Amino acid sequence: MNNRWTLYDPRLAWMLVAPVLLLLIFFLVLPIAVMAAYTFFTFVTAGVETSALTTANWQEFFTDSYYSGFLLKTLRVGAITALLCGVLGYFPAYFIWATSFRHKWLLLLLLIVPFWISFTIRTFSWINILGEQGVINVALLKMGIINAPLPMLYNEGAVILGLLHFLLPYMILNVYVSLEGIDRTLISAARSMGCTSAQAFREVTLPLSLPGLAAGLLLCFVLAAGSYVTPQLLGSGRDALFGNLIYDTIMSELNWPMGATLSIVLFLVLGFFAAIYTRYMGMSQIVKGLAG
Amino acid sequence: MKARRKEEGKWAWRLTGFVTLCVYVFMFAPIVATVILSFNASMFGGFPMTGFSLQWYAKLMGNEAVLAAFRTSLWIALVTAAVTTAIGVVTAFALVRFEFPGKQALSTLVILPALVPETILGVGLLVLIKAIDQPRTMLLLVLGHILLAVPYVVLIAQARMVGIRRVYEEAALSLGASRFSSFREITLPLLIPAVVGGALLAFTISFDNTSASLFWRPAGVETMPTQILSMLKISISPEINALGTVMILVTVAIPLIGGLILQSLTKLKRRGEPKEEAR
Repeated sequence: MNNRWTLYDPRLAWMLVAPVLLLLIFFLVLPIAVMAAYTFFTFVTAGVETSALTTANWQEFFTDSYYSGFLLKTLRVGAITALLCGVLGYFPAYFIWATSFRHKWLLLLLLIVPFWISFTIRTFSWINILGEQGVINVALLKMGIINAPLPMLYNEGAVILGLLHFLLPYMILNVYVSLEGIDRTLISAARSMGCTSAQAFREVTLPLSLPGLAAGLLLCFVLAAGSYVTPQLLGSGRDALFGNLIYDTIMSELNWPMGATLSIVLFLVLGFFAAIYTRYMGMSQIVKGLAG
Repeated sequence: MKARRKEEGKWAWRLTGFVTLCVYVFMFAPIVATVILSFNASMFGGFPMTGFSLQWYAKLMGNEAVLAAFRTSLWIALVTAAVTTAIGVVTAFALVRFEFPGKQALSTLVILPALVPETILGVGLLVLIKAIDQPRTMLLLVLGHILLAVPYVVLIAQARMVGIRRVYEEAALSLGASRFSSFREITLPLLIPAVVGGALLAFTISFDNTSASLFWRPAGVETMPTQILSMLKISISPEINALGTVMILVTVAIPLIGGLILQSLTKLKRRGEPKEEAR
């Protein structure tokens, strides 16, 4: 009998991963493949299309500046959000890492708590801060600083604020994980060689934490650019992002081939950025950050 | 010169602390405002507070649509948590212990659902369903949620699995235990923190999921987040603040209690072992 199973037999491994593998194939790989094929289907009327192959969807995408405008706006909002997250998220990550505060776990726990609170609730709760009857407007009116409520909601700023609120914990945890990986004796060494604390930070800590920062930037950018709920709740019609465009194309206009085309475009564009990132950084940092 | 430099370091540290404080306030201010407003007696969903009242909670308890959505979400999240944890832990076990062709590709593929925007995953599955002419069903929604939760469960279990030395399992095997019983008796108990952590995370991922559920839910079915979204489209009534507060209680209290139980369990086990260094 030469088909006896060895201790770590690959066949057993395949059996163990089979459920997840099947799920990934049928719910991730196959849908994206079918979607790619759908981009060449012909749109007849709302909800109806034929499998007659055409490049009309792609032509429409590349010629109509409506679509490229949406894409550029989405990438711009994603980039602004990611950069703000990077700047604002580095400080808390560094603080938690360097503090001698005994209950550091509490600071970390507070970063994880938002992940448990429904994203929809966290987003709409901004209406209670920025709205006409929100904290800021009511306080300013009471103090007599303004006469009429400031319009702070339903603009691009509010959308970026909401995205920032949603993405900051991702950034902070990513940076924190890479700071945690730094050998602290390196910093002591730098200090003992005469570095000031600022120099030690610039020469040792900052460069060594860059992988975490880069992973955080990519994650925030991708998640912001793919967002749907935040622009829906905190933005006006003009602040809709690519995700909203896709949703409307499919769910309202029922133009499935165009919706598939737009989805594939977003997938390729975001995949392009992710590929550049993994080319230089590898996958491992993202994995560490997600498992945080 | 030296004193000035020290002074600078102090200021930099203070600035860091100040920004950290601001970020924490930024993260929690809206949530606190929502909880406070849920007790507002005023008819309008906003400040100023006109008195303390539980009327919005009472109204919420009588809202059949909300209760139905809550039950739906609860069931979906429970099934998602159970199934995802089972298949995710087994996958992590295989990925850490075994060598097989395609292992690297699989470990990359498995985290993709966490990186690909939900809108794309949502449309993709819908297009597939449309292409093979199938209706949207509850099963589809649950399987979709499992897909979204799988990366996190696998990563958490993998991280824990790496720290479990294989000699324990191999010892059990050499003493005559079967593959299954060595996993059940040795590996699984050592994996418990990852199992509980993964299950809780899978639960909240499913319970919170909005964008993908909008695409996948069967006609007429509302989950809790999609229900909130459709309520927000009509108007912002204080009822929604009460609903938000209830949801926060549910989704924050469950993992916190779970975590505390877990911590006291590990503390009991660890007693007597040398303490970890504080920094």
